[in-house]
Amino acid sequence: MNDKKVYPWKTELGSNPCCISDTIISINNLSLYYGKKCAFKDISIEVNKNCITGIIGPSGCGKSSFIQCINRLADHVDGVEVTGDIFFHGQNVYDSRVNLINLRKKIGLIFQVPTPLPLSIYENIALPLKEHGFDDISKRVERALVDVGLWVEVKDKLKDSAFKLSGGQKQRLCIARSIALEPEVLLLDEPCSSLDPISSEVIEKLLLNLKSRFTILIVTHNLAQARRVCDHLCAFWYDLNNQHGFLLECGTSHDLFENSSNEVLKDYVGGARG
Amino acid sequence: MNKLTKIFCWLSGLVISLVLISILGDIILNSLESFNLTFLYQVPMSAGRRGGIYPIIISTLLITGISTLVTVPIGTLCAIYLSRHYPSTLVFKKFIKRMIQVLSGVPSIVFGLFGNAIFCTFFGLGFSILSGALTLSCMCLPLFITSVEEGVSSIPDEVIHTTHSLGFSLYTTFKSIVLPLAIPSILSGLVLSVGRALAETAALIFTSGYVDRFPESLLDSGRALSVHIYDLAMNVPGGDQNAYKSSMVLIGLILIINSVFNIIAKIISKEGQLYE
Repeated sequence: MNDKKVYPWKTELGSNPCCISDTIISINNLSLYYGKKCAFKDISIEVNKNCITGIIGPSGCGKSSFIQCINRLADHVDGVEVTGDIFFHGQNVYDSRVNLINLRKKIGLIFQVPTPLPLSIYENIALPLKEHGFDDISKRVERALVDVGLWVEVKDKLKDSAFKLSGGQKQRLCIARSIALEPEVLLLDEPCSSLDPISSEVIEKLLLNLKSRFTILIVTHNLAQARRVCDHLCAFWYDLNNQHGFLLECGTSHDLFENSSNEVLKDYVGGARG
Repeated sequence: MNKLTKIFCWLSGLVISLVLISILGDIILNSLESFNLTFLYQVPMSAGRRGGIYPIIISTLLITGISTLVTVPIGTLCAIYLSRHYPSTLVFKKFIKRMIQVLSGVPSIVFGLFGNAIFCTFFGLGFSILSGALTLSCMCLPLFITSVEEGVSSIPDEVIHTTHSLGFSLYTTFKSIVLPLAIPSILSGLVLSVGRALAETAALIFTSGYVDRFPESLLDSGRALSVHIYDLAMNVPGGDQNAYKSSMVLIGLILIINSVFNIIAKIISKEGQLYE
């Protein structure tokens, strides 16, 4: 494997200070099949601690499936087969001895559509905390809501249904719910695609704030957003001949946007296609 | 062609309404003239020709109540297992689903004979309210399970994926999330199965028996309303008047129970709207 091509930022650590830190997740030759259909093939990526790594690319090239492999949520889809390895702190998450409940506590996932549970605002955060045996529940709920900037907006209606919140508030509640569990990694699957620009901006700022505490992996369709928030970018593309997604290029977001030599990628980030 | 379709739809609606109206009309007209409330709390006399149906109402409520108590927990758990959200081998689920389909097509007289062989004879419960109630449970379970399973399966995937991604155990997922969301479908399953249990005759003749005394324990034989109606109409000359009155009470009972469940369902779904 050509190291320089797969992990180009490793060669230029100086240009991006957060990349000096350790690799927290390393993914080797990951492929995913739905039955006989291949969603993506042979993807190798390293994710650095306390960085925001973005995954961009057109629809259908397996970005969401890819991100769902990392906390093994893809397991729950019928007929899914995953090959390759994902190492989280050096341990293979596809090892049969891995405790899925602990893994998902450490690696939280936020979906494209905000998914509050059918409970009150308070219980949405408290129930996962209770499930994982945390104490000081009410303090932790407050802290999580403060972290996502929702506390002022909801402190008087914690008993209300979470469905009464606006779309952006719901998504922030979902983020609060995940970070309350003190994960190490946050996976976000197009978290802003169902939100208006103002709510998206709030979420983007939130992500930049959370960067110091968590490692963030975000799938996004919004190239401007990727440019604004991501330290690293992985561009996925779709192989029309073999009908599966693959990793087109990987690097610091500056490199991908400004210095890419790949014609397809240049057109895509330049807005000429995609 | 358009007009013809309209006329046929309208006519079939009319036929259905006429059937219901004529049944209700016949019963009400024939029972109203001699109906008074003492009928509800008097003991039947002279094989039911005179007197009331107090012990029979009590037996009916006991049989239906116990059968519901047995049906709801077993049926709900089974429905959750069969729903598409429960991770398990598809083959076994399909097998159970097919069994339930077959079971729901079994005629009630067969359930009666089965209940007689199993509960009355094999378990030694004899002709009793308990035997009748358990037999009715066997009969209502397929109906109840199908209704609840549909409700549970209609819970959106996102909700279940979220519980997975938060690392919930299967127990928490189903206790705290799925069960509360399934309550409306549990209630509608209840309406269906209670309605069927109240209306059942054939299965009860062989299991809970004919005795029209006031039941002293659950192991006593007790006559259900539908059995009483059947007996008065077929075996007791001169019992027609009281058969009509009993029918009216039975229909009234079903209407009352249905509306109570509907009101509960409405209250719950009103609260549930907070979560929609």
